[in-house]
Amino acid sequence: MRRISISLLASIALLGAALAHAQDRALFAGVFDPPRAAPAFSLPGSDGMPLTLERFRGKLVVLAFGFTSCPDVCPTTLATLAGARRALGGQAADVQVVYVTVDPARDDAARMREYLAAFDPAFLGATGTAQQLAKVREEYGIAAERVARGESYAYSHSSFVYLIDRAGKLRALMPYGHAANDYAHDLRILLES
Amino acid sequence: MIMRTTSASSWSPEHAAARVRRPRVSARAVALALAAALLAGVGWAAFAPVRVDSREALFEIPRGTFARRMAGEPAPILPDEISLTLGLRDVLLLRNLDEVPQIFGPTLMMPGQSFRLPFRQAASYQFACTAHASGQMTVSVEAHPATPWMRLGWRARALWRRVWSKSAT
Repeated sequence: MRRISISLLASIALLGAALAHAQDRALFAGVFDPPRAAPAFSLPGSDGMPLTLERFRGKLVVLAFGFTSCPDVCPTTLATLAGARRALGGQAADVQVVYVTVDPARDDAARMREYLAAFDPAFLGATGTAQQLAKVREEYGIAAERVARGESYAYSHSSFVYLIDRAGKLRALMPYGHAANDYAHDLRILLES
Repeated sequence: MIMRTTSASSWSPEHAAARVRRPRVSARAVALALAAALLAGVGWAAFAPVRVDSREALFEIPRGTFARRMAGEPAPILPDEISLTLGLRDVLLLRNLDEVPQIFGPTLMMPGQSFRLPFRQAASYQFACTAHASGQMTVSVEAHPATPWMRLGWRARALWRRVWSKSAT
């Protein structure tokens, strides 16, 4: 009788631990089910090479859209992503941040390289013609609208970030506002899955 | 003559008094009962724990939505504003059952694909969404109703939204 009670208690404890673990493995990001292949693209990269997703097969790709003159959303997102990579330690080598501009008139490869290096030298930027970039945005469901700002202009753009797994599947979407630790949590899960 | 005899036989001072008093007592009792019921309702709304059947707020694009739109028929999918509550209903579940890809909520969704987005922070989230005439969708996430006062407010808002959505349809 005593042995049965101990076994029962142990089973309950194991079940509880399994449930807690499963809950901990849930992503903070929004998850696609089933995940689809991330739309392919080839754009001039900030490193002088063509930037394609195939280049990073086997790594996680964190894909963000924005522009280097963005006053608030982009610097916050990029600083958060840099913090997430720091939090990942050695695993950060398996995470590639790709930042695609919505403002090709101002964001050439050199400008993007300089801008991104201020956050993390490993970040890569992608630019291109207005038509090339519009096609990529369409395939990823990204909105970007040019708005006048005095004599200059800015862009109102989608602020979420895509998480693409090692096999090139579009796995999740992180809305704006999450902390670096949330990203690190989700990236760890995706790296280990 | 007959009538006078009949009324004289059924009349008594007690019956007459009862007939006069009864309505006054009943009105008070009804008022008291109503007040008690109202108090009980408010007490329940404030102290009973809030439960929901699922943490997911599900929104689906029905099959044929794109075709109906192309034919000029209205095909509403999502409300302009979605209200969620942390700890109760705090997961947005979008599902595209149509035959074509759709920009649904914050992202492009393939046919048959679903998107599950949990929220962990009370705030108002704005998403670009081509399913809306305004091009924008708001997800309002409110804090978990942990205190009696918050539960009362939460239930009042839920009731209001239910009444409002019924009157709008």
